[in-house]
Amino acid sequence: MSKTPIRLTVNGLPHEVAVEPRRTLADALRDDCGLTGTHLGCEHGVCGACTVLLDGEAVRACLHFAVQADSRAIRTVEGLAAPDGTLNPLQRAFWENHGLQCGFCTPGFLMLATWMLEQPGPVDEARLRHVLSSNLCRCTGYQNILTAVRAAAQELGKWAETAPA
Amino acid sequence: MNWTGRRLPRTEDPALLRGEGAFTADLAAGARAVRFLRSPFAAGRILSITAPDLPPGALLVTGADLEGVGTIRPELFRFNYRAIAQPVLPRERVHFVGQPVAAVVAATPEEAEDIAEAILLEIEPEEPVVTIDDALRPGAPILHAEAPGNTVVDGTIRHPDCQAAFARADRIVEFSLRSGRQNATPMEARAGLAAYDRATGRIRLTASCQMPHMLRTGIATLLGMAEADLQVVAPDVGGGFGQKMALFPEYPLLVWLARRHRGSFCWIEDRNENLIASAHSREQRHHLRAAFAADGTLLGLEADILANTGAFSCYPTTCGVEPLMALAEYPGPYRLPTYAARARALATHTCPAAPYRGVSRPVVTFGLERLMDRAAAALGIDPVELRRRNLVTEFPHVTPTGLTLDQASYVEALDRAAEAADIPGFRARQAAARRDGRYLGLGLAVFNERTGYGTPAFAARGMGIVPGYEVVDIAMTPAGDVEVRIGASPHGQGLRTTLAQLAADRLGLDPSRIRVIHGDTDRTPYGWGSFASRGAVIAGGATQLAADKLATRLRRAAARLLQAEPEAVTLRDGAAWAGEASIPLTEIARRVHQRSEQLSDLDGFNLAETAQYDPGGTFSNACHVAEVEVDAETGHVRVLRFLVVEDAGRLLNPLIADGQVHGGVAQGIANALLEEVLYAADGNPLTGSLADYLPPSAAEIPLIEIIHMETESPETLTGAKGLGEGGAIGAPAAIANAISDALAPFGVDIAELPATPARIRALIRNAR
Repeated sequence: MSKTPIRLTVNGLPHEVAVEPRRTLADALRDDCGLTGTHLGCEHGVCGACTVLLDGEAVRACLHFAVQADSRAIRTVEGLAAPDGTLNPLQRAFWENHGLQCGFCTPGFLMLATWMLEQPGPVDEARLRHVLSSNLCRCTGYQNILTAVRAAAQELGKWAETAPA
Repeated sequence: MNWTGRRLPRTEDPALLRGEGAFTADLAAGARAVRFLRSPFAAGRILSITAPDLPPGALLVTGADLEGVGTIRPELFRFNYRAIAQPVLPRERVHFVGQPVAAVVAATPEEAEDIAEAILLEIEPEEPVVTIDDALRPGAPILHAEAPGNTVVDGTIRHPDCQAAFARADRIVEFSLRSGRQNATPMEARAGLAAYDRATGRIRLTASCQMPHMLRTGIATLLGMAEADLQVVAPDVGGGFGQKMALFPEYPLLVWLARRHRGSFCWIEDRNENLIASAHSREQRHHLRAAFAADGTLLGLEADILANTGAFSCYPTTCGVEPLMALAEYPGPYRLPTYAARARALATHTCPAAPYRGVSRPVVTFGLERLMDRAAAALGIDPVELRRRNLVTEFPHVTPTGLTLDQASYVEALDRAAEAADIPGFRARQAAARRDGRYLGLGLAVFNERTGYGTPAFAARGMGIVPGYEVVDIAMTPAGDVEVRIGASPHGQGLRTTLAQLAADRLGLDPSRIRVIHGDTDRTPYGWGSFASRGAVIAGGATQLAADKLATRLRRAAARLLQAEPEAVTLRDGAAWAGEASIPLTEIARRVHQRSEQLSDLDGFNLAETAQYDPGGTFSNACHVAEVEVDAETGHVRVLRFLVVEDAGRLLNPLIADGQVHGGVAQGIANALLEEVLYAADGNPLTGSLADYLPPSAAEIPLIEIIHMETESPETLTGAKGLGEGGAIGAPAAIANAISDALAPFGVDIAELPATPARIRALIRNAR
C-alpha cells in the first residue's frame, strides 16, 4: 500500500515519517517515531491507554489516523518528565500515592489528567471522577489514581474542595 | 531502621511513569509479524486451508507443518481426571471459536492481517456443546474421546454422617446459584516475541507471562528441544490476574518459527483475541443444601459443583483448578461438622478456562454468604449473629476437607466491620428511603483466603506438575550492593520494592542498594511465579532466608576483619559493628572479592547464597460490607459504600497492600454487576469488544474503605499472609447480599451473577 509523507511534531520535536493512510496515530507514534510509551490496550477506543494530546485535546491515538495528525502538535507521556528524567508534579503524585501497579494504562491516565489540569478553572471531585472514567485501569480499582490526580491538582492550585459526593 | 512495614513508594514506578517501561510489544522492532487465523466455528472438521499466492517473505503455518510437535496435555492423578490434549495447531477438528488454526507471517502486522483475511478456511461445522446443560445432556456430542460424558474431572468428598445431620436438622436451606463466565482482562493483552540468536543457536522468548520458568519447561517439552537453548523473559507485564499463567499454543508456535526460520517473530494479541481466545473463568453452577439447628448452628453441608471449563485443560494447573478448589474450600471460615460434595469440570466448545484472581472462591463465597443470609431469614436470626455463632474461633482448626486453618480473626473482623458499617444507622436510612420508594441494601461477606501455599498443597491435588517452592539467589557485588534473583515473576505487585524492604532489614542496608531481578530464566533460579496470593509469603520468605544467610557470611567476614567473634557482630546502617568498632559493608564486599588473601583462612569464601522456601500455607481473612441502591424501575445498582476489614497478617508495605485490596474489590464489584462473557447457542462469543464486555470505570467503583488487622501467621516466615486475591473474593457476595437486602420488599433473591439490570428487572417482575 502506498505511503504518505507526513510531519508530526511530538513533544516539540519534528518527526518526518511516511505512513500508509490506514496507519493509526498510535502505531505511527510507536513504530515510526519509536515512542513506545503510548500503549495500545484495545484499539477500539474504549480503554484509553493510548490517550495523547493532539493540539491540546485529549484523544484516543488508536482512533486517529496518523495522516489526520499531519502538521499538528502531539504530546505523549515521554514529554512529561524533565529531560533529566525528573518527574513532573502529576507523575510524582502517581508515584507517591501508588497510582499505578502494572503501569500499562498509566501513560493514558497521565495524559488524560494532564489535559484536565490544563483546562481553565478548578477541578472538583465530580469533575475528577467524570473525566477519569474515560479510561480503564484493571489493577488499582481507581482509588489511588483519583488520589494521585487530586493531590496533583492541589499542588498545582487547581483543586476545588466540595462536599464528598 | 525498619524498612519492612513502611509505605515505601515503589522502585518500579519512575520508569513506568516516564513511559519508559518495556512491555513485550515495545521490544518488537525488527521482528516479523505473526497473525493467527482463528476458528469461526465452535465445532467442526477442518476440510482445507487454502492460501492465495503469498508475497515474498510471507509464511503460512498449519497443523500439517508441525510434525513432531507435542500437544498441551497437563496431568492430574486424582479426582477421575481425564487427560485431554490441545494441539498447538489442529489438523482435524476445531473446538472453540477463536482457536488458532493457522499462523500467517509477514513483514508487518497490517500485511499479515491482509493475508490472513484472504485465506480460505474450509470447515464443516458440527453440533457444538456450549453450556453446562449441553455438556451433561445424554447423547450430547463428546469433545474428547478420553472424557466420556464431557466430564474431565469428577471429584467427591463424602462424610458418612452427613445424611444423619440432615435427618436431625431443624431447618434445611436449599438453593442453586450460578456464576457467569468472565475474562480476567489484563490491560495488556498477551504478547510474545521469539528471537533466534545466530551466535549461540538459542531462542529468547519475551512474553507477557506470569510463570516464565514454567513456560520455558512447557515449550521445550512440546518442541522436543533442549530447555537450555530457550530463554524466557517476562519483561514489564501489563497485568495477569491468573490469565497469563497458562501455556497457550501461540507461544510454542512463535518459538517453533524462530527455530525453523532462524529469525525474530512477534505476536501482539488484539483485544478481540484476548476476549474470545485467551482464557475464561468462573462459569459455574452450584446446588447447595445446608442443615441448621434452631439456634442457627450449621450442622452439615451438601454441594454439587459444576464448572464449564471449555474446550481444553489449561497447563499446568489443569481444568480441575476451579471445581477442585470449590470442593476443598467450600466450608470457608465456618465450623462445619460434616460435608458431602461433588465437583465436576465439563468440557464444552468454548474458550478454555484458566485461573482468575480468587479462582473458585468468589463463587464459593457467593454461595456460602447467600446461604448465611438465607438461613438467617429462615431461622429469624440476625445475619451477623448467625455468622458469629458459626465462625471458627479456635485455632488451629482442621476443616472437614482436611485443611488446617491457622490463627485468624474471623469473628473480630466481622465485628469490626459490623461496627464500622453502623448497621442500626443504615437500617434507619433504609427504612426512610423505602418510604420514598428508594431501595437501599446492605450486604456482608465473611471469608478466608487460602494463601501462600507451597508444594504440599499442590501435591495434594494430585497435579502432574507440582508448583510451590520459590528459590532466591542473593549476592553482594564487589561494590557492596546486593542482587536478589527470584524465580517468582511479579507483574504489578511491586515485589521489587517489598522484597528489597525485607532484605534491607536483614542486611542493615538501605533498600536503594538492593536490586531485585526477576522475569528472566537466564538470570534467575528456577521458580514458579506470582499467582495464588503467594508473592509476599513465599518469595518474601525465601528472600528473608537468603538475606539471613548472606548476613551470616557478612558477619563472619566482619568478625575476621574486626578481630571479633561472629556472634558479637551486628549489621546496621550499611556497616558491620562489633561494639564501637565498625567496617562498612562496601569495604567487606571489596575485600572479599578483591583482597581475598586477607580472608584466606575462610576457605572458598564468597558473598553469594541461595535459599528455598516452601511453606504449607496460611489463611488470611476479611469481611466486606457493601451498601447499594437499586433502582427498581431500571434494575440499575449503584454501590454507595464499600468497606473492607482485611487481615492479611503482617503488612510488609501497606501502600502496596491497600492497592491490592482496591484492585481486587473493583474486579469483584464488576463480577457482581457488569462483566460476563456471553455465547450464542451456536458457540459464537457475543462479547468480543470492550463495548460488550464491561470492565468497570472510575464511575462505577466507589470509595473503598480499608481497615487492616494484623494477625501474624505462625505458618509463614515473614508473618505476612497473602492478600492479592481477597478483594475479588468477597465483593461479589457482599454486593449480591446487598441487592437481595435492598429488594427484600419484592422477595427478590440474587442467585445469579452478574446481577445485570435485565436480570434484576426480571427478578422483580417475576416476584411481583
